[in-house]
Amino acid sequence: MTETAQAPGHGPAKRRPKLDPARLRRRHRAERRFQLYGIAALAIATSALLWLLVSIVGRGYGAFVQTHLLLDVHFDPALLGISAEATPEALARADYGAVYKAALRGAFPEVTKRRDRRALYRLLSPGAADDLREALRDDPALLDRRAALWLTASDHVDMLRKGAIDRDTPENARALKNRQIAWLDRLDAAGAVESKFNTRFFSAGASREPELAGVWGAVVGSAFTMLITLLLAFPVGVAAAVYLEEVAPKNRWTDLIEVNINNLAAVPSIVFGLLGLAVFLNLFGVPRSAPLAGGMVLALMSLPTIIIATRAALKAVPSSIREAALGIGASDTQVVSHHVLPLALPGILTGTIIAMAQALGETAPLLMIGMVAFIVDIPTGPVDPATVLPVQIYLWSDMPERAFVEKTSAAIMVLLGFLAVMNAAAIFLRRRFERRW
Amino acid sequence: MSPTALVIAIFALALFGFYLGRRRAFAVAGGRHRALRSRPDYYGAYAALWCVVPAAAVGALWLALQPVIVEELVVAGLPEAKRALPADRMSLLLNDIRNVASGVIAGGARDPDILAAAAHLDRLTRIGHIALFAVGLAIAVAGLGLARLRIAPDFAARDAVERTINMALIVCSSIAILTTLGIVLSLVFESIRFFGQVAFLDFMFGLEWSPQTALRDDQVGSTGAFGAVPLFAGTLLITLIAMLIAVPIGLLSAIYLSDYASEWVRGVVKPAVEILAGIPTVVYGFFAALTVAPQLRSLGEAIGLDVASESALAAGAVMGIMIIPFISSLSDDVMNAVPQALRHGSYALGATNAETVKRVVLPAALPGIFAATLLAVSRAIGETMIVVMAAGLAANLTANPFEAVTTVTVQIVALLIGDQEFDSAKTLAAFALGLVLFCMTLVMNVVALHVVRRYREQYD
Repeated sequence: MTETAQAPGHGPAKRRPKLDPARLRRRHRAERRFQLYGIAALAIATSALLWLLVSIVGRGYGAFVQTHLLLDVHFDPALLGISAEATPEALARADYGAVYKAALRGAFPEVTKRRDRRALYRLLSPGAADDLREALRDDPALLDRRAALWLTASDHVDMLRKGAIDRDTPENARALKNRQIAWLDRLDAAGAVESKFNTRFFSAGASREPELAGVWGAVVGSAFTMLITLLLAFPVGVAAAVYLEEVAPKNRWTDLIEVNINNLAAVPSIVFGLLGLAVFLNLFGVPRSAPLAGGMVLALMSLPTIIIATRAALKAVPSSIREAALGIGASDTQVVSHHVLPLALPGILTGTIIAMAQALGETAPLLMIGMVAFIVDIPTGPVDPATVLPVQIYLWSDMPERAFVEKTSAAIMVLLGFLAVMNAAAIFLRRRFERRW
Repeated sequence: MSPTALVIAIFALALFGFYLGRRRAFAVAGGRHRALRSRPDYYGAYAALWCVVPAAAVGALWLALQPVIVEELVVAGLPEAKRALPADRMSLLLNDIRNVASGVIAGGARDPDILAAAAHLDRLTRIGHIALFAVGLAIAVAGLGLARLRIAPDFAARDAVERTINMALIVCSSIAILTTLGIVLSLVFESIRFFGQVAFLDFMFGLEWSPQTALRDDQVGSTGAFGAVPLFAGTLLITLIAMLIAVPIGLLSAIYLSDYASEWVRGVVKPAVEILAGIPTVVYGFFAALTVAPQLRSLGEAIGLDVASESALAAGAVMGIMIIPFISSLSDDVMNAVPQALRHGSYALGATNAETVKRVVLPAALPGIFAATLLAVSRAIGETMIVVMAAGLAANLTANPFEAVTTVTVQIVALLIGDQEFDSAKTLAAFALGLVLFCMTLVMNVVALHVVRRYREQYD
């Protein structure tokens, strides 16, 4: 700016700048334009967020309800293949498939051809047998009696009802055939088709049948994985931060550690997966696909975040506290463990929760250590084969069935829900407990 | 007598040891704890540490060595014909034995030798665990006894305990170095084995990538083709698209938020943008594959362009969205670090807000913004889930953003998912790609962090 003021040819006498109104207008237009660019950038960023959330919720909310069909069921011991005085074990093993098939035949007595009957049976999910088993377990008196029960419909019926299968598409390109739709319409007219809250989605493990698939197995797997991650990363991270911030002399070794921590924070997550595969699985023999292995890898990934957050929290504790404690005879370790750490704890916990939230959403390194296996059973411990929520989302997104799109989006909503709760907890902790000195 | 039982037993013993140490300290001090050098709890902690630490160290060593020794014994117990197997067949056989022993495969009509070996393995493992339990417990008790002997009124228990704590702190902080070392060593070792099978130059400069053929011996060129240039090109293309979206949007957002927005707008919009950073990448991948890619495809059809359903554009655009908050918050930091006095000087000369930003703040913040961009590039290169779900698998050497390309990370995942033979070139190639990825990101991170540090010092 000083250069323009002393522009050549003007001389010392003509130092006043020329205020050309046209130029000023141009400059102000540029100013407004620049501001507009900023607003446009923010608008793009927030609308991208909105687009993402709307598209997920729009696809996924349907998965929370599931179509059920009301059928008149006869728990016929002959069909179940058991005697009238069966033990609970025999009841659990009985052939409920035959019962719901008989119920469907009873509702549509005119369907007699084998091929038509098979099409008829496909209106219900194989999970209808589980519905019947539960009904009989809850009320054993139903044996050899008739009852009207709501049974889980198949995924195609569900998709038709939610509008994902179009009635106008030609029959041979449609998953449900004309006669199946006609049967459904008859049931619907009789009030026997209804959407009910999909409890199975929250209580079941993975399944090849979309209507039977649930997130519970993945949620439990995530919980075990997070537990291992927390147990490993929290103590080690806090200890490392305390050492670097409170104890360590400033020398080459601590410099090297610092450089390492900063670099690890930026190493691609998939590289941690390769480390887990080569070291934890192949060298240490940690079981494949287990939350233990996943938790160890994620713990290494979360360490830098926890260390950096803990160091910031420790740094924020004023040195007067330390000096006061030292003054009344505390040792260095006592100063840290009795005074500095408790005061820094809210900040440490905030950082830890954020690190855990990151770890909960992490997928790529877990693919490397075999957590992509198809696992139906709900894991019962950290060495059982398991999968986690993000990996479940990845697996479902690959499934060819139309209904899995809905399930995937719903699983994403569950995952985002967990993350929102964790981040809200972190914000709450920060607002409520963090002290400014 | 599983190792878990030992852990529980030792911890119970340590609790008892704490109590014992305290009581012993009181006893030697004649009940007056002022006669003690340290506070009584430290004597308890001292005893507990002597109980746990040696036993835990021996136990860990035991558990690490036992499988190796047991395996040797099992192999030695195998019939002559089986012992003469080559190394790779032998490892398969051992795997079978382990699986049978742990009940993964129900041993039906199986080789009797394997069944016998599995029983042998099972028996040896059980004996080992019982012995471990006995030895571990003995060491814990011995440690306790030693600590009890050492406790005396003028014994500095606190110093001893604090020395142990400091050792533990040092060990914990060294884990960061061990992790880096582990990454480097595992990547380098596997890569060296890979380059034993595929020439380094063929890998770095080859134009053909088709690892799928590597497992089929009957095919011509059964080693497959491992020219990684198409992968590098695909990675760069997607990264470039992501940066073209993220850098302008992120930078302009940061400028608006720091220099224009009112407090209220800042309080609402800044967290909203940061939510983008908190969304897991698998969600972005799903969004890219199921929402953005079809939209781009139909948009392309509408204007007569042929857009592949796994186009680089879709993956790159979504990755760009993911990186926006990364750029915006980092550049916000560096622009805030520019001293207020520089801005005020500019205003005093009559510059408008935009002129101040463009001519004073941005030039001053440029190194920091460059570093932020470098960090963002390194993140884009290493990003996995978006490209796994939205980019293609076929190696395609093209600069056309509407075509499908593949990336380094996609290929690592593709090579390592599913059943793998650990020695095949196909599996090892993943580690070589990982090494390239690690080196590229490492260089960028080091440069970026260095620039940021230098730059901070400049204005501090």
